Amino acid sequence: MDYIFRILRFDPQKDGSPYFQDFSYESEGKKSVLDALMDIRNEQDGAISLRYSCREAICGSCAMVINGNFDLACRTNLESLKNSLVVIEPLPNLEIQKDLVVDMDPFWKALHKIEPYLHGENIESSKGHLVDDKDMDRIFQFVNCVMCGSCYAACPVASRDERYLGPAALAKLYRFVRDPRDIRPFANWSRVNTEGGVWGCDTVFACNEACPKDVRPADGIEALRRKLVVEKIKRLFRLGR
Amino acid sequence: MISHDILVVGGGLAGLSAALNSDPALSVAVVSKVHPLRSHSVAAQGGINAPLGNNPDSKDDTWEKHAFDTIKGSDYLADQNSAELMCRLAAPTIYHLDTLGVPFSRFPGGVIAQRPFGGAGFPRTCYAADRTGLVILHTLYEHSIRKNVHFYNEWLVTKLVVDDGKCLGVVVYDLASGEIIPIKARAVIFATGGYGRVYLKTTNAFINHGSGIGIAYQAGVPLKDLEFVQFHPTSLFGKNILITEGARGEGGYLLNNQGKRFMEDYAPTAMELAPRDIVARAIQTEVDAGRGYEKEYVHLDLRHIGAEMIKKRLPGIREICHNFASLDPIDTPIPIQPAQHYSMGGIDVDESCASPVEGFFAAGECACVSVHGANRLGGNSLLDTVVFGKVAGEEASRRTKNLSGSKRTEKLLLDECLKLKNKIAAWQSRDSGIKVHRLLDRLKNIMSDRVGIFRNKKELADALQEIAMTRDDYKEAYISGDCLRYSQELVNIIEFGSMLDLAEVITLGGLNRDETRGSHFRTDFPSRNDKEWLKHTLVTCEQGRPKISYKDVKIDKYEPKERKY
Repeated sequence: MDYIFRILRFDPQKDGSPYFQDFSYESEGKKSVLDALMDIRNEQDGAISLRYSCREAICGSCAMVINGNFDLACRTNLESLKNSLVVIEPLPNLEIQKDLVVDMDPFWKALHKIEPYLHGENIESSKGHLVDDKDMDRIFQFVNCVMCGSCYAACPVASRDERYLGPAALAKLYRFVRDPRDIRPFANWSRVNTEGGVWGCDTVFACNEACPKDVRPADGIEALRRKLVVEKIKRLFRLGR
Repeated sequence: MISHDILVVGGGLAGLSAALNSDPALSVAVVSKVHPLRSHSVAAQGGINAPLGNNPDSKDDTWEKHAFDTIKGSDYLADQNSAELMCRLAAPTIYHLDTLGVPFSRFPGGVIAQRPFGGAGFPRTCYAADRTGLVILHTLYEHSIRKNVHFYNEWLVTKLVVDDGKCLGVVVYDLASGEIIPIKARAVIFATGGYGRVYLKTTNAFINHGSGIGIAYQAGVPLKDLEFVQFHPTSLFGKNILITEGARGEGGYLLNNQGKRFMEDYAPTAMELAPRDIVARAIQTEVDAGRGYEKEYVHLDLRHIGAEMIKKRLPGIREICHNFASLDPIDTPIPIQPAQHYSMGGIDVDESCASPVEGFFAAGECACVSVHGANRLGGNSLLDTVVFGKVAGEEASRRTKNLSGSKRTEKLLLDECLKLKNKIAAWQSRDSGIKVHRLLDRLKNIMSDRVGIFRNKKELADALQEIAMTRDDYKEAYISGDCLRYSQELVNIIEFGSMLDLAEVITLGGLNRDETRGSHFRTDFPSRNDKEWLKHTLVTCEQGRPKISYKDVKIDKYEPKERKY
């Protein structure tokens, strides 16, 4: 089948503004959008820049906007697209470094802020933690995040408020707060009890929609909100007694 | 000039483990050609082995039994002291990962769950459903954030600079700026992964060009046992995406086009859970004999396991089948075929991860200690990366205290930068010639057709000639784009030089080794020959040509016996 790939091109050192460039592409057999982009790069324009690695939707490299939808290029089959015009754009709300390659730094910086690592007890010498499998299952939804940045790019709050940590970082925080092995104190994680944290979320669920891994980051944000409120009430009661 | 005490190259499991276990008093940095979370370790699925004895069927498991299984699985080519070291460290490694936050699946009572895997006497593979690589990589990366590990992401190392038997540093291509940059280092640890993309059908990521191994070879470091290439039995037909051995560990059947569990003809006791070399050959034999489908694949049938177990234990496999084959394994068998998966061979290092070059270490898939010998058991590679990454970090830290750089270091590094710049200018100056992706396609076909699961003298010799011809054509390669920032075209043309070297060393080792052992199956020499071949192949680059030599396998407790499963 014949396609037109309309790819957003931009070299900030050369171009005044981004522009679309069309490439015709004839697909043989089952091809993903990533296969097609690599073929076009190989055969038609070696200067096209994009990120990719695993080609099996687990490394999170190739998130982009395909015909208006956020997705990983590797898991998007050409056949699944409705028309023969395929519009390819980089993730929005992140600076373009070149073509489809964006600057992920704001995304990683937000992640760093929530201290995204297990605050565990020092039990090195023992035989590991005893944890109910149900507790592991509960966090697995969030553990599945591949850090592709789709949710952050799709989030209307992150796009207008640079203080906002964004869906992936907050969902990651919930993953730790919910982990029975994590002993971080309330004072640590309640730092997201702000407009830059969980209360910044508009609850329009653009993140859930954009996520290619069904992580549903907004579930984590809402759960954190509930947990914050419950903890506050608990604390009030303790003070009252 | 950028300078570090220890420079780790590669941000996958071995690299992060090395960085996290290096002496914090030293200046340590990680260089990775992709963001660390994009490393291929993330795609590991089924699990990581340790004799914890948590499974009701594995109460009598010990590290000695794990070591025996590893050595038998290796077809007795593993160095037994190294395999023992890894297996002794396995249980503490798992407990440490648990304390770091790896969300392992659990058994009732809260202990870490363990499933059966191929070639193992007991169920000893710990897992987090079927996303074990993802959870361990993310956990180690999270702790790198905690420990403020310095990362140079999207920097491709193109050259290892060695002078007078001492490692001085590396040359890198910084993708974001397009610059060529020298890095001085007192010790360099390569954790650069495998070379799967030298083959047409591979489970490996697009980035797995294996250039780290090639760069070490070009710097004069010997490569060990490169002819031993693991073909995973079950890759998804079409995209060759890995379908974990855990699918068989959970009870999956392999069926030919007559609906027969054909493994009973090849490994009547272990059946689907025989080691990978045996199962891969069995599948290929069935397909070649016309008992497959479309002359390409057989079926991996999970239907009898039931929807609940598939959803709980193999959700990633279900997602892969849905995304890439439009099927649901709950009600449809999965079409699978063998594909290149892992390199048992690699950079020649000892059990302390040290190479013959002073200050140069290697760990993980790019290295050959050797613990996997002629065939690696499933679940042992994640263990290898975490254990030997740590060994490399600790050992490099210890030895770095005694290492001093030569005065000429900076000049030599700058000279190498200039050489690369000239090379790039030459690639850019040509406006016609051969595009490197065409050469890569050609090389992949040579390797898959002639240096695959079944090998013979004629095919291997032909392959060597064809590789040499491809090398000639590489001289005509060129870059069409004029921008060197984020140029994958430049990455590919640089790395292709290494891929040619690896293809040559794999093939040459295979041609010389006229016996069958583990993954190396010679149809013209179909049996193992311990008298002449119980030894490691070493290939060293001398004046641009491969020179082959051998060294004995370290054997202590376990006398080589015939492998039966």
